[in-house]
Amino acid sequence: MANTVNTKGVVAGRLDAEALADNFSDLHPPLDDHEALVAADRCYFCHDAPCTTACPTSIDIPLFIRQIATGTAEAAAKTIFDQNILGGMCARVCPTETLCEEVCVREVAEGKPVLIGKLQRYATDTVMGLGLHPFTRAAETGKSVAVVGAGPAGLAAAHRLATQGHSVVVYDARPKGGGLNEFGIAAYKSVDGFAQAEVEWLLQIGGIEMQYGQALGDHISLENLKVAHDAVFLGVGLGGVNALRAEGGNKDGVYDAVDFISELRQTDDLTALHVGRQVVVIGGGMTAIDAAVQSKLLGAQDVTVAYRRDRSAMGASQFEQDLATSKGVRIIFNAQPVKVHGNGSVTGVEFERTDSSGDDLKPTGETFIINADQVLKAIGQTLKMDAGLELVRGKIVVSADGKTSMDTVWAGGDCSLGGDDLTVTAVAEGRDAAMDIHATLMGKGHKDG
Amino acid sequence: MADLRSEFVGIKSPNPFWLASAPPTDKEYNVRRAFKAGWGGVVWKTLGEEGPPIVNVNGPRYGAIFGADRRLLGLNNIELITDRPLQQNLREIKAVKKDYPDRAVVVSLMVPCVEDAWKAILPVVEDTGADGVELNFGCPHGMSERGMGSAVGQVPEYIEMVTRWAKQSTRMPVIVKLTPNISDIRKPAEAAHIAGADAVSLINTINSITSVNLDLFAPEPMIDTKGAHGGYCGPAVKPIALSMVSEIARNPVTANLPISGIGGVTTWRDAAEFIALGAGNVQVCTAAMTYGFKVVQEMISGLGQWMDEKGHESVASVVGRAIPNCSDWQNLNLNYVSKARISQDDCIKCGRCFAACEDTSHQAITMSADRTFEVLDDECVACNLCVNVCPVENCITMERIEPGKLDERTGEFVEEEFADWTTHPNNPGCVAAE
Repeated sequence: MANTVNTKGVVAGRLDAEALADNFSDLHPPLDDHEALVAADRCYFCHDAPCTTACPTSIDIPLFIRQIATGTAEAAAKTIFDQNILGGMCARVCPTETLCEEVCVREVAEGKPVLIGKLQRYATDTVMGLGLHPFTRAAETGKSVAVVGAGPAGLAAAHRLATQGHSVVVYDARPKGGGLNEFGIAAYKSVDGFAQAEVEWLLQIGGIEMQYGQALGDHISLENLKVAHDAVFLGVGLGGVNALRAEGGNKDGVYDAVDFISELRQTDDLTALHVGRQVVVIGGGMTAIDAAVQSKLLGAQDVTVAYRRDRSAMGASQFEQDLATSKGVRIIFNAQPVKVHGNGSVTGVEFERTDSSGDDLKPTGETFIINADQVLKAIGQTLKMDAGLELVRGKIVVSADGKTSMDTVWAGGDCSLGGDDLTVTAVAEGRDAAMDIHATLMGKGHKDG
Repeated sequence: MADLRSEFVGIKSPNPFWLASAPPTDKEYNVRRAFKAGWGGVVWKTLGEEGPPIVNVNGPRYGAIFGADRRLLGLNNIELITDRPLQQNLREIKAVKKDYPDRAVVVSLMVPCVEDAWKAILPVVEDTGADGVELNFGCPHGMSERGMGSAVGQVPEYIEMVTRWAKQSTRMPVIVKLTPNISDIRKPAEAAHIAGADAVSLINTINSITSVNLDLFAPEPMIDTKGAHGGYCGPAVKPIALSMVSEIARNPVTANLPISGIGGVTTWRDAAEFIALGAGNVQVCTAAMTYGFKVVQEMISGLGQWMDEKGHESVASVVGRAIPNCSDWQNLNLNYVSKARISQDDCIKCGRCFAACEDTSHQAITMSADRTFEVLDDECVACNLCVNVCPVENCITMERIEPGKLDERTGEFVEEEFADWTTHPNNPGCVAAE
């Protein structure tokens, strides 16, 4: 008999292929035509709408919903893509419950927001499904821009720059594009290879050359890029992972959650993926939840997320927490790891209770052990680059338009300071930096391009 | 439970809800189902004269417009009068009436504008034991092209002529069904009254095209790329019907002429509104066609509950109760001053009132950075648009400025006494106030 949820250790094939396929199907199945009309009809078309204000990319949400309601999903998609070229992915991964849908007046009034995320997906899926790319390039400007990082920030910047007529070369260390969309988010949020399909769709604009396997610092250098291009946009994300400040953190069975998720996203065979019977995830952000839920869906028997602060400080939204608990994940608060137990391989994690009621996190001295044969660290990522740029708190300092301390270099996304580390924020930063680059390269007065 | 029994031009029914002459009343099978469901009466689908049966189109007869979630708001049809043999209809009417003596069975008729045609059909209808007849002067499509239906209803002299023939040829009550496709509904009603009609019923359907197919550039409903206007009915036409019913009820000439109210009655409330405006009963079609015959049960329970709550003992006691309050514009009190009031507790901050007032009205609502919306009393003309566009019922209301208090918009104190346009100094035809 193959492995089951009861099998000890970190093993593959706890569930059969059918159960795994079911577990990793679309988290939010798309709306059909009628559902979309009904959902769209609930929008009040608010004046100066709070949802638009809450959207980091400022999508005109009431307008695109009205366009859906009147049977013109293609026009709706154009409204979305004008502001957010990765509107398709954002429709899937945005924490809408803490952005547009949180401030929807119907959420405030009734606790039932207009389904903005699902409607956005309906519109963008319609257009992308038809293979339409409703943008054309302006005349060639003769300018060349390097974009480092093919994640949301880099792709948004590249598309906007190409649209303005610039020639763009995108460099990425990985063998394919998409960044965290491809490697870093839970599989059930982006099924059927959507991240790659979106990259392909985005590249239809033309004028963008993709150079994969090109890591900054290894294969390419900022100095050389500055020489070879008229401007450089850095959207390199956070490649490093914080170290676990607990004794025994290097034992077998201790993994980085981002690697766990990346491996899961890239596999062709979910039954071949290894997962522990008792999994402990350390951290409190989206990555922690994604790793925990997917561990459970792979067949782990007990999955615990341990976060050192209280619920109110947790980076993962209430929706994400509820999703995790609905899948059987246990979330414990005010517990910080002090020691990983085990003789070679992990057998458990010792935690100390904390008091986060004041300004500082205070250990209480009370400890307890959670049995574990696999530990996933999701305790934050760090910038893996030092190219002479001004950094604050480990991130690149940028102006409101994404300009760094260095001439002809802009930055955006998770690697830059300011803004939440969200896909949608990265898109906004990439887009805005692109417009600033455009204005700079073309001289004043071109910013509206 | 209130007494819902109804007596309309001498025809008794257990409740005032009749099915209108239309597809639901085209045959015995449907009418029996309707009576089992609780309908108080039916007006049998219009019979024509003896002869080759009527021919209907074989493509779509209906078109519709929709609200949210495909809620049917308006229905359009191009069906003609019954396409079944006259004798078969008569046999079925007789059979149904025999089994349901307590229900109203009225027969709708449409024959050519010659006296002999009416003299021929009325006795055979009378033989069925039917309670009355309704003269179909309303249908605006198809039959009107042949000089019947609304082609009669649009000419008061024809109405008078045919109604006289009918009254002279039968002892049954004669109800005259009016078309709304006319500029002044009072004229055909007066003609019916002068000719001795026992009642009028209205409205029949309104000329309409529900939509246009933009691929084929053809009106809907469409038959082989062509469309003809149909008759519009359903909830969308109710306001038009209410106004027309009230016009007849207010007209001194027809003030005592019984009215059967028709036009978009979908709920008990709709029915109560028609009755309040002078209808002795109501006729329903689209609601039944949309939801089936069972809808009458809500109408019965709802009307009964309302009458109980308000202490109305009978349907007759509320007929026309709103008519004294139906006025003309020139007699509205210009010294009644009100202002919009926004309940901040109820406001959900959508800003629709602001957009409406700022863009299309009187710039009388302000919006703060935190989306608080407030009324400027010195700009508000009490137009009510903010109330109408607000998605939250009763969030915005109109509050009267009491006499003696300052109207900040005009800078004048609100006067106590009634004053209307007829005495207003700006009116060239002003009658000096005594």
